[in-house]
Amino acid sequence: MSVDTRQRKAERIRHLLETEGDSVHKNTQVFNNGRYESTADLEDYEALKDEARAIKEDAIERLPELVDRVTETIEANGGTVYVADDAADANRYVTEVADGRDVVKSKSMTSEEIEVNESLEASGSDVWETDLAEFVLQVADEAPSHIVAPAIHKSREEIAELFNAYFDPEKPLETAQELTQFAREHLGEKIADADVGMTGANFVTADTGTLALVTSEGNARKCVQATDTHIAVAGVEKLVPRVEDLQPFVELIGRSGTGQDITSYVSLFTPPGDSPTFDGDGELGSGDDREFHLVLIDNGRMEMREDDQLRETLYCIRCSACANSCANFQHVGGHAFGGETYSGGIATGWEAGVHGADSAAEFNDLCTGCSRCVNQCPVKIDIPWINTVVRDRINRGTDGDLDFLVDGLTPDEEPGGVDLQKRLFGNFDTLAKLGSTFAPLSNWVAQTGPARSLLERTLGVDSRRELPAFERESLVEWFENRGPRVDPEEARRQVALYPDAYTNYVRTERGKAAVRVLEALDVRVDVPAAGESGRAPLSQGMVATAQSNAEDVYDSLAPAVAAGHDVVVVEPSDLAMFHREYERLLPEDEYAALKDRSYEVMEYVYGLLENGADLDALPEGDDTRIAYHSHCQQRTLDLEPYTVAVLEDCGFDVTTSDVECCGMAGSFGYKSEYYELSVDVGEALVDQFTTENTADRTVVASGTSCLEQLDALLARRPAHPVRLLDTR
Amino acid sequence: MSAEPIATFESSLDEVGVELVRTSADQFESALTPLLDAPAVGASLPFENVSLPDAVETDPGVEKLEAAKTGVTAAGYGIADYGSVIIQGGPDGEEPASLYADEHVAVVAGSDVLPDMDATFDRLAEDIRSGTGQAIIATGPSATADMGALVKGAHGPVEVTVVLLEDR
Ligand code: SF4
Repeated sequence: MSVDTRQRKAERIRHLLETEGDSVHKNTQVFNNGRYESTADLEDYEALKDEARAIKEDAIERLPELVDRVTETIEANGGTVYVADDAADANRYVTEVADGRDVVKSKSMTSEEIEVNESLEASGSDVWETDLAEFVLQVADEAPSHIVAPAIHKSREEIAELFNAYFDPEKPLETAQELTQFAREHLGEKIADADVGMTGANFVTADTGTLALVTSEGNARKCVQATDTHIAVAGVEKLVPRVEDLQPFVELIGRSGTGQDITSYVSLFTPPGDSPTFDGDGELGSGDDREFHLVLIDNGRMEMREDDQLRETLYCIRCSACANSCANFQHVGGHAFGGETYSGGIATGWEAGVHGADSAAEFNDLCTGCSRCVNQCPVKIDIPWINTVVRDRINRGTDGDLDFLVDGLTPDEEPGGVDLQKRLFGNFDTLAKLGSTFAPLSNWVAQTGPARSLLERTLGVDSRRELPAFERESLVEWFENRGPRVDPEEARRQVALYPDAYTNYVRTERGKAAVRVLEALDVRVDVPAAGESGRAPLSQGMVATAQSNAEDVYDSLAPAVAAGHDVVVVEPSDLAMFHREYERLLPEDEYAALKDRSYEVMEYVYGLLENGADLDALPEGDDTRIAYHSHCQQRTLDLEPYTVAVLEDCGFDVTTSDVECCGMAGSFGYKSEYYELSVDVGEALVDQFTTENTADRTVVASGTSCLEQLDALLARRPAHPVRLLDTR
Repeated sequence: MSAEPIATFESSLDEVGVELVRTSADQFESALTPLLDAPAVGASLPFENVSLPDAVETDPGVEKLEAAKTGVTAAGYGIADYGSVIIQGGPDGEEPASLYADEHVAVVAGSDVLPDMDATFDRLAEDIRSGTGQAIIATGPSATADMGALVKGAHGPVEVTVVLLEDR
């Protein structure tokens, strides 16, 4: 990426942070909190997600058969099914059916994808969006910023200003109530006059030809009721085999999206229906002559179905949980975190599949792989993985030269096209090794003005960020010199402490603390010289390098694992590699062996204490007031409670943050194009740690990135929680 | 009819801002009358010995429909867990009557209150397979948050009341 491109990106993000950030943040927060509350009430939440996932896997597997089935069914019901290859094909069919008549629409992202409004208008139809948010955007001539609440970036004041300028009502509109009433009346006339009603479909059942529409406003019902031609536009992936299959989705979709147990209306239409319709002369006429067209859109989906990595995207029910739970999305919204049509975490998969890699490349880097969305997805899609794979493909698709600066620093497995900045961060291990060898000289040089400006210009490393300072003596070297202190014969357990690159070269003090704390609990510790886990290259989309790192790490830890020792990990993002991503990078048995044996350090301490280790061997907390920020990936693995429990058992007084992510996310916050967004996200965490109840508390955080972000933004110096347990 | 789903139904309705009026077939008219704001529209009711008073127009034109304050229709069944009613729209005009009026009064038989979504989908599947062209799972009034704050009453009703026929 050139300096100019980086600057343009940074400017665009800055602009959106200023203009749309506040509205997006406020509204996504409501959805995000609502989802946590509403899903917590659901007894069988996990089972419902499994069921939903299984239905989608099966449906996509059998998709061609389901298309045939739904075609037969709907034709037998008296409707028509058209399978459109692409957007142009769909638009041609829809405009033929509409034939210049006026169209009222309910919300449909798929109709945005094919841009059907433009085609209809060009063929002489008047088209009105009746979903109030879509209506606002139609008037404003703007694109959706969220897949469920498309005008989420607009405040009430902005909408009032827009309507007053555009419609010039007798009395200026002000409250949300007035705006809603005005839009209802305005659109009510359009609905009464229109001949064609167009809807999307959240689901289509192949056995009965039923469309399920999940809405709250009632406009979709009106669009269908008041017109006698109904066109439904839906991606082919919306098919499910049977009516009964709708049940888990109906229970999950509202909760996962806006955080409502269920939306006001879940409409099950099996068209053509026989409900009376509006005829031309103001009467309610018979509904016997209703016409129905289902347009199923392929537009790249059948190819996605053949693609082992992108296939999962087709399970997506477009609930928006992955957007609402994403810290970056919460701050900048879908106009930055989105492509031509779709926005949020899964948009990378959709855009790559339907519009191509270029559209995905625009925003794909905004997924930092924090994994907060993973447990939120009602169909259990590994959204960060989709982002990684697409990033890898984008990397491979571009040509580039190896630069003298990075050459030699980047002994990776990647082709020449990978962006230099990505290569630099992806090979952090090599960089750290060199930095450590030449420390402290390397630290001094790196911090000088000329070096920083060179780094910023050539590699986009933001000069406002402090660079990590490398330790001359690595953790592995320190341990080699010092040796183990607990006799294996007398040890409670034997462990290999995994020296992740940060703990090994930068924050060695937390590694040393971990060794001493474990030894205090009678554990025999060894620190094998294992390399970087693959997290760094993976986050840059360098999958081949990540895989080779993973293989090396496994080789280094295999002897300990084979001997029945446990593996203890300080850095949560590396433990998350072992537990999640290694499934895709290592042979199954190796993945399983390492996963079963590896623990986060505080989780391990908790386990030791639960199994008889002596709490008195650890220091007394004496009600010391602590503010603890867990790590995003640690939370996804449900490991936050262990740290809190251990600290509380030791007598500390602990309060925790609840932001989704600190905003630093590995290399993300160093990149000059994202620096300001990273800080904006980090400020939300800082706010939580500078309240009356937290401002005086000692700050601890489990992740390296979180520590760096907090260190940069807070006046207090934060530390890893294990250091509170270290008597040194 | 066991008492349990009805009690759950009532508290779920309460959570979504819907009042439950309990009555019986012979008391229906007196229970309904105070709920009617004129002009009222509706669709004829399928319950034995229960019918709509004359004040309720069952064959309205578009203008009357749009001016209606109250719309009275039957609902096929209720879902206790969610406080939802299923509006089955057919040739009698349940759909427009329940959708255009400011207040929708949904009449449900006590024996049609189902405990949960599982039971509901078993019934729905059966009904759809035997020809119910339109079934709306309606929960509370229509609503929108699109204008910068939550507003009750978007394109559909602002208020919903459920009348439960305990002996039907
Ligand atoms: S990927 Fe999952 S969480 Fe995201 S919109 Fe799709 S279904 Fe919802």
